Amino acid sequence: MPTTPQHLTELAHLVDQVHTAAAKRQPLTIRAGGTKDFYGNKFHDNTAVAERLDPGSYSGVIAYQPTELVITARAGTPLREIETLIAAQGQMLGFEPPHFGVGATFGGCIAAGLAGPRRAGMGPAAGATRDFMLGARVLNGTGQVQQFGGTVMKNVAGYDVSRLFAGSMGTLGVLLEASVKLVPRPVTEDTRRLACDEVHARALLSRWARASIAMSASCWSEGKLVVRLSGAYAAVTHGIAVVGGEGLSRAEATVFWSAVREQTVDFFAQSLPLWRVSVPATAESLALGAPELQEWGGALRWVATPLPAATVRARAAALGGHATLFRNNPGGVAAFTPLSQTQQSLESRVRAAFDPLGIFNAGRVHANAAC
Amino acid sequence: MQPVLEGGGAIDLPLQQRVVAALRAYLPADAVLFEAEQTRPYECDGLTLYRQLPMIVALPATEADVREILRIASALGVPVVPRGAGTGLSGGALPHAAGILLSLAKLNRVLALDPEARTARVEPGVRNLAISQAAEPFGLYYAPDPSSQVACTIGGNVAENSGGVHCLKYGLTVNNVLAVRGYTVLGEPVEFGSAALDGPGLDLLSLIVGSEGTLIVVTEVLVRLVPKPVLARCIMASFAAVDAAGDAVAAVIAAGIIPAGLEMMDQAATRMVEPFVKAGYDLEAAAILLCESDGTVDEVAEEIERMSAVLRAHGATRLAVSANEAERLRFWAGRKNAFPAAGRVSPDYYCMDGTIPRHQLGRVLSAIRDMELKYNLRCPNVFHAGDGNLHPLILFDANDADSVARADAFGVEILELSIAVGGTVTGEHGVGVEKINQLCLQFDEVTRAAFINIRLAFDPTQRLNPGKAIPTLHRCAEYGRAHVHHGAVAFPELERF
Repeated sequence: MPTTPQHLTELAHLVDQVHTAAAKRQPLTIRAGGTKDFYGNKFHDNTAVAERLDPGSYSGVIAYQPTELVITARAGTPLREIETLIAAQGQMLGFEPPHFGVGATFGGCIAAGLAGPRRAGMGPAAGATRDFMLGARVLNGTGQVQQFGGTVMKNVAGYDVSRLFAGSMGTLGVLLEASVKLVPRPVTEDTRRLACDEVHARALLSRWARASIAMSASCWSEGKLVVRLSGAYAAVTHGIAVVGGEGLSRAEATVFWSAVREQTVDFFAQSLPLWRVSVPATAESLALGAPELQEWGGALRWVATPLPAATVRARAAALGGHATLFRNNPGGVAAFTPLSQTQQSLESRVRAAFDPLGIFNAGRVHANAAC
Repeated sequence: MQPVLEGGGAIDLPLQQRVVAALRAYLPADAVLFEAEQTRPYECDGLTLYRQLPMIVALPATEADVREILRIASALGVPVVPRGAGTGLSGGALPHAAGILLSLAKLNRVLALDPEARTARVEPGVRNLAISQAAEPFGLYYAPDPSSQVACTIGGNVAENSGGVHCLKYGLTVNNVLAVRGYTVLGEPVEFGSAALDGPGLDLLSLIVGSEGTLIVVTEVLVRLVPKPVLARCIMASFAAVDAAGDAVAAVIAAGIIPAGLEMMDQAATRMVEPFVKAGYDLEAAAILLCESDGTVDEVAEEIERMSAVLRAHGATRLAVSANEAERLRFWAGRKNAFPAAGRVSPDYYCMDGTIPRHQLGRVLSAIRDMELKYNLRCPNVFHAGDGNLHPLILFDANDADSVARADAFGVEILELSIAVGGTVTGEHGVGVEKINQLCLQFDEVTRAAFINIRLAFDPTQRLNPGKAIPTLHRCAEYGRAHVHHGAVAFPELERF
């Protein structure tokens, strides 16, 4: 996994492109596999003028020693390549990121910051993308290469910038390389399915969470609650006894959770605007009059509805959360819940610390971001 | 080699009078301290090597007080240094001679505890252990457990991104805090994170945690609580060589086990603590590992068996599994009391905090043994082996200038070695004033410039805890000149990423 002259050439190309763009104030759209083009605001104002920067060919694993529980790879490395490599060593990414297409890259999955079914699981093997970030090498908006964090598990030297890049949607800079913490695959897993309504499902999930049941994922929709148990044999056996319901076969379970993660279950095959509503898991029902699919113990509620954005967002806010228009934007609706003026100006100043000219992915997160 | 401190020196008495008057117009007299006998207890934190009397100590009792103090400080252009319990080990709460030391100790209320949602909303002055005590009736606790958890506050934990012996499994502060609210240096209210997951915009909470009080003053923290395991048991494993113990650590991880705690103590450390705590450590072993499992009864039995098998296969000469809770706590008592024990066998000790890749453990420990001879100082080692976080304790005598100089040089050499093997100078204690020079070695100039720009984004006045956490470019330039033995670039041969 050494650095080859070709890697250096690829890196030099990226640096040159940013230098040139910065000199001309040329907006850049960072895009490799393009599997998450749908996410965030359309590049509306800048579509015509933005030039594409493609980190896809800056690819390859840099370091992987299974006993260190860390992998360091270039941003363009295919996500499936990383998952295959670590699976062979009995390890996995604890945030179970969705691919949303065959072209998904390591860098894209971190920049999007989307976590899959395991996001709200119990124990150390679950969490958000940011929870597993250890280090990042990035290219800022003036063409400088900066290196944050490292490869060790605990590191409080300097601000924790590598976590900040998770979910930054390419608005801070070009992620070049990243080190993420890996987790061992569970000794065993079992998936249970039981019939129950939405309110009851959340009550059960909350009770089981408090009782340390080894849940690594949950999915409720259409009156059915599906729970994945992961861990030691004893933990999973205990979980089966408590959760009950019917068991899915190993093959069925694999297909099911993959479909939830990749949003290929029927629920997502709708053309209505799809909202990703994030609320405290114990919040009451959204009650927007549309079917929902709920993950993360009830903390993530997907709903497809033609209701105005203001209505959906007001309801989410009333429940202590926020709503993102995830897919099928009818046009003109801001994808993300707008921030308060103070937060917005603070964010702008932090962005300017990395990209003072505002050349990266302008408008992708906040439609009014200056370029 | 100790950093020249920013914010040191004598107190400007006319300025002090002006600021006291302005603060007393808002706060009661007993919440504004300025006489030396009153401010003396605040002259240092847990890193007693550095001391400075603050110009003023302000003791707000409410969030509104904090806001008002910040506004007054802004109007008068005075630096502000936030402080929790003062247990920090890197001088992060060292006062500023021309500044206000903002003690958040009185903001110590648990505001809300939601057992259903498994969260607690607390003020920054609430002690770490007090959160777990408040959660206990609901079968919950707050997972990060720094050794100082009896005294240290959650505000300080947020500032330092504190860990603890159980963070291998349960994560650091950053993984257990859902949201914070507070004020910018100008007294503007801000909130980061929320009870709902993965909010819109940048994850600025990740910057706030571990920012050592340089970005905002935190006035409220929403923490995640976790269910208390039914049972915990701990294996004490003896090894005939330190390297063998290091290999066993790697083997446990390779076997796919994440123990609740995985700690190592070398022989010098076990012999140092045993007389005080009577933990029952194997004093003949070159090193011992403490390897803990928690969960349900069956789960723990299964994991203890797996861990025992791995440890035995990797050279453990003796295994003892805690038979009951009293014995488990005794195993840990030695580890958790290593710092106080060092204080009893030596007039002074200096605790290092480098973190290294696990596979470098043997190399680094052997280098530290050579340094003991080189500097003629003893250095027992206790560390969070599971995550490669070393705590070498350099024993010295602060009344002997030569001993201090040797301890200092010893510490610097350990930190530089940590960087050289691909690690970091601080895993959990923070940079503070103590390691500010080493940051010049760990990060290149363009990366340090980003840190400075982030700081300016939050605090354009640079009055919030100045001189801590992030070195100025000027400081690094000076340090680079003084630090000639490595030339302009530290360890250029190493590809650190």
